[in-house]
Amino acid sequence: MNLLQFFRRPRVRSAQQAKERLQVLLTHERGSRGLPDFLPRLQQDLLRVLARYVRIDRESVQMQVEDDGGVFTLEINVELPGGGAPAIHR
Amino acid sequence: MPKIIVMTSGKGGVGKTTTSASFAAGLAMKGHKTVVVDFDVGLRNLDLVMGCERRVVFDFINVINGEAKLHQALIKDKRLDNLYILPTSQTRDKDALTKDGVARVLETLKQDFDYIICDSPAGIEKGAYMALYFADEAVVVTNPEVSSVRDSDRILGILASKSRRAEMNLDPVREHLLLTRYDADRVRQGEMLAVDDVLEILAIPLMGVIPEDEAVLRASNVGVPVIMDERSGPAQAYADAVGRFLGETIEHRFLIPERKGFFQRLLGRPA
Ligand SMILES: Nc1ncnc2c1ncn2[C@@H]1O[C@H](COP(=O)(O)OP(=O)(O)OP(=O)(O)O)[C@@H](O)[C@H]1O
Ligand SMILES: [Mg+2]
Repeated sequence: MNLLQFFRRPRVRSAQQAKERLQVLLTHERGSRGLPDFLPRLQQDLLRVLARYVRIDRESVQMQVEDDGGVFTLEINVELPGGGAPAIHR
Repeated sequence: MPKIIVMTSGKGGVGKTTTSASFAAGLAMKGHKTVVVDFDVGLRNLDLVMGCERRVVFDFINVINGEAKLHQALIKDKRLDNLYILPTSQTRDKDALTKDGVARVLETLKQDFDYIICDSPAGIEKGAYMALYFADEAVVVTNPEVSSVRDSDRILGILASKSRRAEMNLDPVREHLLLTRYDADRVRQGEMLAVDDVLEILAIPLMGVIPEDEAVLRASNVGVPVIMDERSGPAQAYADAVGRFLGETIEHRFLIPERKGFFQRLLGRPA
């Protein structure tokens, strides 16, 4: 890009970025609208229970709800570290 | 048929109260009997913007609680015959708004007024919910800015699922986008989302674009709805918006910068 182009193109099209970020974010948020709002708490509880048996961190439990034409399925994905190393009992 | 219209946004400080005052005044100027109701319990501000703060004796919450009659709380605007204000309480909290109470007051107002404008508080909690619950139409007040657009989208979701019209399976709340604090210069620089961007994302009909202009601050300083500062940009833009709301076909204005700046001339960018 030569100097003239550099000036002519507004440096960073920040508005363009704003638009793209919004499109991605809102697609995601609209998808999860109307879904049960207990999911974050369920996630917390699951973590707490799992932590009694395996060493686990908050990223290792992923939850997703799928809407299959009115039928919601809850998918829970738990990633066990090193084949499920037992947590040290207190 | 009287109509209940909510000015809503999710995000705070985007121009709901400014819009409520001017929109209500604009409807009154067109001959419609209009009342504007402040739902921002605890943060009363509409009275200041309307310039009637010294005339508040009873408020919306007093009426809900049966401590005053509606006619005692309603303030008649001194400038416009058809315009009334129902101020809110400054001392109570949003729990003072009960669904039954609000329903009763709105029902009574419907007997006397053509348009009931509800100035919503920010947020998506009780106050904002009460303001939108009974609405027939919603003006979604949005700034060309990511957080405001996102919050508007959430509000649209709530209107579509939690409003009275949604719950009772009636025709959906009619939605209007009002883009406020629009700075055409910054849009051209690529620094601010353009009308088309916001429209594409929110996908609801555009009722108007209100330019960012110091006339708004001036008007609130003196307690006059900015629509009455007739020569200002915001006044014309609000008047256009009211016209469109009432079904007139009016072309959009204030979408391009007024004058060319030094650098733009130098670089010869198209206006
Ligand atoms: N078109 C405009 N140009 C310049 N300033 C504006 C414009 N619209 C609103 N403002 C200013 O923005 C500020 C917030 O406006 P206003 O009180 O109407 O917003 P609000 O959405 O009601 O806020 P809240 O969420 O706190 O109730 C005020 O200082 C007002 O003067
Ligand atoms: Mg306000």
